[in-house]
Amino acid sequence: MNVHEFQAKQLLARYGVVVPKGKAVTSKDAAEKWVSQLDSSIYAVKAQIHAGGRGLAGGVKLTKKREEVGALAKSLLGITLVTHQTGPQGQKIRRVLIEEGVAIKKELYLSLLIDRRTGWPVFISCPEGGMDIEELAKTNPQAIHKEYIDPSSGFQPFHGRNLMLNLGLHVMGPQVAKLFRALVGNLYRFFMEKDASQVEINPLVITEDQEVIALDAKVIFDDNALARHPDVLKVRDLHEEEKLEIEASKHGLNYVKLDGTIGCMVNGAGLAMATMDLIKLAGGEPANFLDVGGGASQETVKEAFKILLSDRKVKGIFVNIFGGIVRCERIAGGIIAAAEEMHVRVPIVVRLQGTNAEQGRNLLNKSGLKLKATTDLWEGAQAVVELTSGPSKKSRAA
Amino acid sequence: MSILVNKSTKVVVQGITGKEGGFHAGQCREYGTQIVAGVTPGKGGKKADGVPVFDTMHEAVEETKADTSLIFVPAALCADAIYEAAAAGIKLIVCITEGIPVNDMVEVKRSLVGTGIRLIGPNCPGIITVGEAKIGIMPGFIHKRGRVGVISRSGTLTYEVVKQLTDEGLGQTTCVGIGGDPVGGMNFVDVLDLFEKDPKTEGVVMIGEIGGDAEVQAAEFIKKMMKKPVVAFIAGITAPPGRRMGHAGAIVTGGGETAAEKMKVLKSAGAHVLDNPAKIGACMTQVLSSIENS
Repeated sequence: MNVHEFQAKQLLARYGVVVPKGKAVTSKDAAEKWVSQLDSSIYAVKAQIHAGGRGLAGGVKLTKKREEVGALAKSLLGITLVTHQTGPQGQKIRRVLIEEGVAIKKELYLSLLIDRRTGWPVFISCPEGGMDIEELAKTNPQAIHKEYIDPSSGFQPFHGRNLMLNLGLHVMGPQVAKLFRALVGNLYRFFMEKDASQVEINPLVITEDQEVIALDAKVIFDDNALARHPDVLKVRDLHEEEKLEIEASKHGLNYVKLDGTIGCMVNGAGLAMATMDLIKLAGGEPANFLDVGGGASQETVKEAFKILLSDRKVKGIFVNIFGGIVRCERIAGGIIAAAEEMHVRVPIVVRLQGTNAEQGRNLLNKSGLKLKATTDLWEGAQAVVELTSGPSKKSRAA
Repeated sequence: MSILVNKSTKVVVQGITGKEGGFHAGQCREYGTQIVAGVTPGKGGKKADGVPVFDTMHEAVEETKADTSLIFVPAALCADAIYEAAAAGIKLIVCITEGIPVNDMVEVKRSLVGTGIRLIGPNCPGIITVGEAKIGIMPGFIHKRGRVGVISRSGTLTYEVVKQLTDEGLGQTTCVGIGGDPVGGMNFVDVLDLFEKDPKTEGVVMIGEIGGDAEVQAAEFIKKMMKKPVVAFIAGITAPPGRRMGHAGAIVTGGGETAAEKMKVLKSAGAHVLDNPAKIGACMTQVLSSIENS
């Protein structure tokens, strides 16, 4: 689960991480009221959306004039910000974070995540802050330091010293060194206790008056652990999530919207991905990832159809079910009932394989519904692409 | 021969009195697996479909000499179940449960280092040695005893491949679902190594997906250590970066984690990499017959 920057900062502050004095507001009035309590030489007005790349997209404004803050907040609130992470549709700005600026002496990069190869938490640090770490990993990998933490003994003072030395902070005086080592220990404690899957401070800054401050913060929490962190779950912002995806999850469906025209309904995540890949290979574009799970009852199939059809781009549907424990004739029954009730108007190709696949196919063929049943995966993918591509495309191919 | 499990494997089911645990314990038994015990704290002394139930793993192992455990307990209780199995002397732990917090698995994985205990999963269909033992939730009837080993991060996509290998007449030796979570037990390299050493396995199908670098490690191993042919498919060529595709571990967050990049390194390591998952069985037939004819 993603949280906003201001929420990440609030949660981190409870663990002793120092963040700039700031507040998230939803109106110009509130912005002006808040800024009147601040006294700084520079102010930041930052769009609060989950996607990254806000700065480059114009979602972060700086000003030295306190009286400008309200207008800057107004200029951002309510607009749709398009960053390289939001997709072309962008994300509406509902809140801005108003913060006191700080006098920056040095900017650093620091993050903490689980290294999948070792299964150990790892700090990633870089003496050049504020830049894209992925890009830096390609252009200057030597600048990046990785500090692995053995989960059985946890964070130890030597980890802090290693990070400090690699960032060159030992030359910045004893206060900075001490504050930094405390900060990394606190970050590790936060990460493990709150079941974060990623914490990124970019930039972490050393100020002119020797303070160590998280100027930006991005935290992602492990979805599997949210049940034991009600305080984290409380700050979930559903506005930032795709409506259809929220609706799908209510019915135990796993749905991710894409940009194509062929809706997919599949049991199992791996097979669902492979089905999308096959559609592409057959010359089509998948409209979504949709895993109906192991159950795939009539009810779930119906909900899945609803979700697929509410995407107006969908011109055809490919149902791909491998019946294992689930029997295909039951799923066929579910598809027929759902398709009849929903008046599905787009062509449907159903590929059934596994337990009682033949029976299932017979049921579908006798149903009188406008659908094509098959047992062969590749044939099914080609058929749905054929049925959804208009005559113009066919004539081009001919 | 086969790898990891066979007809003498003795299995205790943790969470046997639950709906899933009870159903699948029955299915495994029907397949011929020796399900010797079940464990559910508080339900000791009862029987679940004829299988004795114990309160603790320690009792279950002592009474039945079980060497393998199959876990169906809810996600929040899984770390505890794995620790209990390890403490009781279980040598192979197969964890089916999906949704275990990653940090729990970080600590579990670390605790198993150096113990010789093997963990399969979590969030996986389990393991089957065809005709001998099914320790998981896969449909037994699609398998056929044969020549090919299968390793996969997925469930139904594995069944898809297994069915193709059966239809081709090749059959399988052992099929291992290593699971779709970011931190788990055995990885591709561990299982490839066992298949390379297994005299019955002539070739291996490997099913990977986006996220992590387990396939890249596998490619390094294939290049250096494997003589047997590997046919590979990586799911998710159409998956957008930064989006989680069903499995907790199926997300591209960094370099080298996309399907295209994984396919490329596997190809250069000498694996037969397919872009069409419907043709995996046919490809293996071709690969094995070209070896026979050479």
